[in-house]
Amino acid sequence: MWAYWQSVPAHWRELPARYRLEGGRCKDCGHKTLPEERVCPVCGSKNIERVALPRRGKVINYSVIWNAPRGYEYYTPYVVALIELEDGTRVFSQLTDVHPEEVKEGMEVEMVIRKTRVSGESGLIAYSYKFRPVLG
Amino acid sequence: MRASRRVGIVGWGVYVPKWRIKSEELARGWGRDWNRYAAGIMVEEKSVPGIDEDTFTIAYEASINALKRARIDASKLRAVYVGTESKPYAVKTTATMLIDALGAGGEGRLTTGADYEFACKAGTEAIQSILGLIGSGMIDYGLTVGADTAQGAPGDALEYTASAGGAAYILGPADRSVAVIEASLSHVTDTPDFWRRQHERYPAHTRAFTGEPAYFKHITTAAKELMALMGTAPEDYDYAIFHQPNGKFPLRVGTRLGFTPDKIKPGLITPYIGNTYSGSALVGLAAVLDQAKPGQKILVVSFGSGAGSDAFHIEVKEGIEEVQGLAPKTMDYVSRKEYVDYTTYARYRRMIRMLHDFSAY
Repeated sequence: MWAYWQSVPAHWRELPARYRLEGGRCKDCGHKTLPEERVCPVCGSKNIERVALPRRGKVINYSVIWNAPRGYEYYTPYVVALIELEDGTRVFSQLTDVHPEEVKEGMEVEMVIRKTRVSGESGLIAYSYKFRPVLG
Repeated sequence: MRASRRVGIVGWGVYVPKWRIKSEELARGWGRDWNRYAAGIMVEEKSVPGIDEDTFTIAYEASINALKRARIDASKLRAVYVGTESKPYAVKTTATMLIDALGAGGEGRLTTGADYEFACKAGTEAIQSILGLIGSGMIDYGLTVGADTAQGAPGDALEYTASAGGAAYILGPADRSVAVIEASLSHVTDTPDFWRRQHERYPAHTRAFTGEPAYFKHITTAAKELMALMGTAPEDYDYAIFHQPNGKFPLRVGTRLGFTPDKIKPGLITPYIGNTYSGSALVGLAAVLDQAKPGQKILVVSFGSGAGSDAFHIEVKEGIEEVQGLAPKTMDYVSRKEYVDYTTYARYRRMIRMLHDFSAY
């Protein structure tokens, strides 16, 4: 019944970013974004190529979500963070395998794939990148 | 069964979730005394999948680790098979997601992909399929995963052992391998020891069939027949790995076959993380490969309820020590742990249904 809580085509279109951390790189100014943008937010160029981004980075800032939007209730409390990847690209992502009180600015994190949203018993299971504290 | 072209393991990788629950806590949840069961099960704690983890996410991380050791690009993979009995979807192949996430088969995704099912031996069954594809020259590299987030009904004996984890293996031609699979052999019969019907959340099992007619008969038959085929004896092997539904059965079946406990224990991981079902014997093999030396011989025998066993004769080659440290080892994941109580366990396993699960609010 709730099979279409979330847009299946929108999820499918974002799979390169969600599964493989593929973003966009502006061929004119070098700025990188995740997900890929059609127009560079820095210089306005439309000359964008798809690139795989590094899978490690550090937490710049974060927030703890207690009141989640629909479809995310089961995961509360969870942490969303602004992460600077090793090449300087900034991405916004959930953190996983970590308690809110353990998260620190500057914490080193790495990409994993996890479930992000499950549409009831009959709908799509959406997976995406999340970041967790580096192993070891 | 021996392939016309020799095939081996090019890379391997493991993943085990960080969450653990102690058997004592599971017993406490149902008002039972763990001391009464401890000696019979020999599993002190088990891994619990996180709230956002399932067979696909486990398979993904194990595969990434296998690729690191294989030192090949995922585009070279021409077969990706996932052996599991806890598929995220009843109908939608887990391998499709894994292929896209890894980039297997290159930009064109020119690869075969399928999920395999044979209770706890689905992963080794997938290995045999890829052995055939590479051994016949149809492909050069293939990936196989055995992974599960196993179900044990609340309060049932299986709840003490049903855990989560998996192992991935990249197979390729013997000259590119760090361990050659010289032969494989299977034994399968209709033995109704354990099953799960369509739409059921938890499996059923028949106690009378679990031990002798199922686990012990199939493993000993497959092991003996393979050793007869190879002309080997237990003394010829450095390690023996058997399916590990609990901590007791592998030691008992190994001893019965003539293997000393010191050859079984390096690959006996269930006492620390529980039974990862399709991952069980394959996680044990990974723990052995993590420390194996060139020239050593390994016997692996899986078991899947229903029932059957797949046996493998593996010989470790030069170069294995160079790749052992290229990805996290099995024991790195085993020792990365944080305990949860029964309430958190029930929430992580989604045993508790919340309002938004069934209401249109």
